Amino acid sequence: MLSIKNLHVSVHHKEIIRGLSLEVNAGEVHAIMGPNGTGKSTLAAVIAGKEVFEVTSGEIIYKSRNLLEMAVEERASEGIFLGFQYPVEIPGVSMTNFMKTAVNEQRKYKGLDPLTASEFLALMEAKKKLVDIQSKLTNRSVNEGFSGGEKKKNEIFQMAMLEPTLAILDETDSGLDIDALKVVANGVNALRRPDNAFIVITHYQRLLDYIVPDVVHVLYEGRIVKTGGKELALELEEKGYEWLKESNS
Amino acid sequence: MPSYLIREHQVEKEQHDILSEVTSGDYKYGFVTDIEMETAPKGLNEDIIRFISSKKNEPAWMLEYRLKSYRKWLEMTPPGWAHLKINDIDYQDIIYYAAPKPKKELQSLDEVDPELLRTFEKLGISLEEQKRLSGVAVDAVIDSVSVKTTFSETLAGLGIIFCSFSEAVQKHPELVKQYMGMAVPYGDNYFAALNSAVFSDGSFCYIPKGVRCPIELSTYFRINAAGTGQFERTLIVADEGSYVSYMEGCTAPMRDENQLHAAVVEILAMKDAEVKYSTVQNWYPGNKKGEGGIYNFVTKRGICKGNNSKISWTQVETGSAITWKYPSVVLLGDHTTGEFYSVAVTNHHQQADTGTKMIHLGKHTKSTIISKGISAGLSNNSYRGLVRMGKKAEQSRNFSQCDSLLLGDQCGAHTFPYIKVENKSSIVEHEATTSKISDEQLFYCMQRGIGTESAIGLIVNGYAKEVLNKLPMEFAVEAQKLLSVSLEGSVG
Repeated sequence: MLSIKNLHVSVHHKEIIRGLSLEVNAGEVHAIMGPNGTGKSTLAAVIAGKEVFEVTSGEIIYKSRNLLEMAVEERASEGIFLGFQYPVEIPGVSMTNFMKTAVNEQRKYKGLDPLTASEFLALMEAKKKLVDIQSKLTNRSVNEGFSGGEKKKNEIFQMAMLEPTLAILDETDSGLDIDALKVVANGVNALRRPDNAFIVITHYQRLLDYIVPDVVHVLYEGRIVKTGGKELALELEEKGYEWLKESNS
Repeated sequence: MPSYLIREHQVEKEQHDILSEVTSGDYKYGFVTDIEMETAPKGLNEDIIRFISSKKNEPAWMLEYRLKSYRKWLEMTPPGWAHLKINDIDYQDIIYYAAPKPKKELQSLDEVDPELLRTFEKLGISLEEQKRLSGVAVDAVIDSVSVKTTFSETLAGLGIIFCSFSEAVQKHPELVKQYMGMAVPYGDNYFAALNSAVFSDGSFCYIPKGVRCPIELSTYFRINAAGTGQFERTLIVADEGSYVSYMEGCTAPMRDENQLHAAVVEILAMKDAEVKYSTVQNWYPGNKKGEGGIYNFVTKRGICKGNNSKISWTQVETGSAITWKYPSVVLLGDHTTGEFYSVAVTNHHQQADTGTKMIHLGKHTKSTIISKGISAGLSNNSYRGLVRMGKKAEQSRNFSQCDSLLLGDQCGAHTFPYIKVENKSSIVEHEATTSKISDEQLFYCMQRGIGTESAIGLIVNGYAKEVLNKLPMEFAVEAQKLLSVSLEGSVG
């Protein structure tokens, strides 16, 4: 589904990602771990198409297409979803209206008719149940005045609504209490299917108690320095990142 | 289905259409209707004024009023204090009277020129539809002459008068004579004086004591003929304990000349009366190079004459090359309320200098000002407002909030608040913010699959929501579309 080869990315002439390669297949959940400032969020943003990052070499192939040539909204309509680490507030725009616009723009891209108001509301109710989100969130403006936990739950709700093929969750667990963490994890687990994939970026092993990954990668200084099964996450929890730094230097 | 549900449904559906329409951002009201016109010769002098007056078969006092205004106007100079660059206007190069021909008394819609009816259909205000579905009474004014007022008979049953200004002069001269010029005296300002001299038509509305007008009253103004100015006049009188909601919409063809629109709107609210006046102004704004477009120089003022009365202005200003407009409220009675809710959008080379005046004279009076300016392209958008607490306006309050949103880095947003407090017990609050649509907001929308234009439309509508919510349902949808469409091509 996603194939990244020898990717180099710079921002303001500073190289952040230095030769990263990654293969993600349908049905898989990949966890990307690593210390702060090693390029985890940059990788997520580059896949989503944020312009400030400059890809200097390497390639990203998604569904057999050159992802780097696709516009941000096209990537989204092709099934790429980014759960933001810091979701932005959009005052005055209700979650309902926002989601309706997004769902229908994606349908338009696929050549489908827009959902009617009642179809949309039914879809929203179903997804709210699926990810266990209270209805009051959808009546409010996008992320406006949401607590940290509410913002993250809202990202999961949007993911459920848009049914992505490849969802990237960028430190969705940071700053969450255990209950919110469970909501997020349950949402992901409920959405796992043989034909979609997840990249879960996290700093801590904690989230992986609830979302069991197929593959764990350790990102360090812009490269994947170690790849293993779910036990790698436990090892990291125990030893910290220092042993990797040592073995890598 | 009850009618309000049908309407909700329509709104849902139309909100949808908004998004698909955003991509076709050209001015879509720019057509010209081929109707036979009767026009006065170009230029302005006392003979032209006599010509207009005689065409309208006016009584002598009205002609006198016009001439008095004209003589006053001759002594005046155009205002120069606004933050606007205005090309000199050659007042002798304007046609002051243009009317669709034939002009005979119309009894039903069947008698209206079919070409004209098609025009209204293009504008999305099929009179028939309006009549049947929405319960909106429409007075359509084309090139300053009222074509047809629907619903008059229904309203007449309640004692409500809703007709063209000319008709009011003929049929209700005592009311017109009594109230005309009360809120906006003929010598008030340069453009009001000009209007008082040459106005050709407009709407008149009188709500009798204790009557709540059951439907939204609405006027559509359209400039059609080339080289003409539009000078309409609206007078609304709400007698004691009455209520009316009034809507005004306007469009014009695309022409590469600047056309002058100098209107006057007066509102008088007696004891316990309430008037809600909503405008969606979409005159032709000129092309992307700044050529052509309407000069929209309008004087709108209401007086809360009686105690406990209330006047509320809501405006969505997206059109015109230049807008110079300050819908104001004089809070004369005690415990009166004035409100001003405004969204002004400027794009390309448009200029707007708009705001309000809240003049507190009575005790315990209250006013609210919410202004949302949105600037894009090379445009300039200014809020100018005066809040004055008179000596006797004890225990009065004002709250003002003026927000500016900038799209791009070549446009301007300016705020000119004037505050004058002459007593010690009143409270005036003013808040102002300036912001930009952030890249983060755009990226967030786009990551969800929403294209740039739609994303801007969404964010801007969210920003202006507080004001859009004040509009009657019929207008809210149109206004949302307009906001998106007027900003097409402003980012990216």
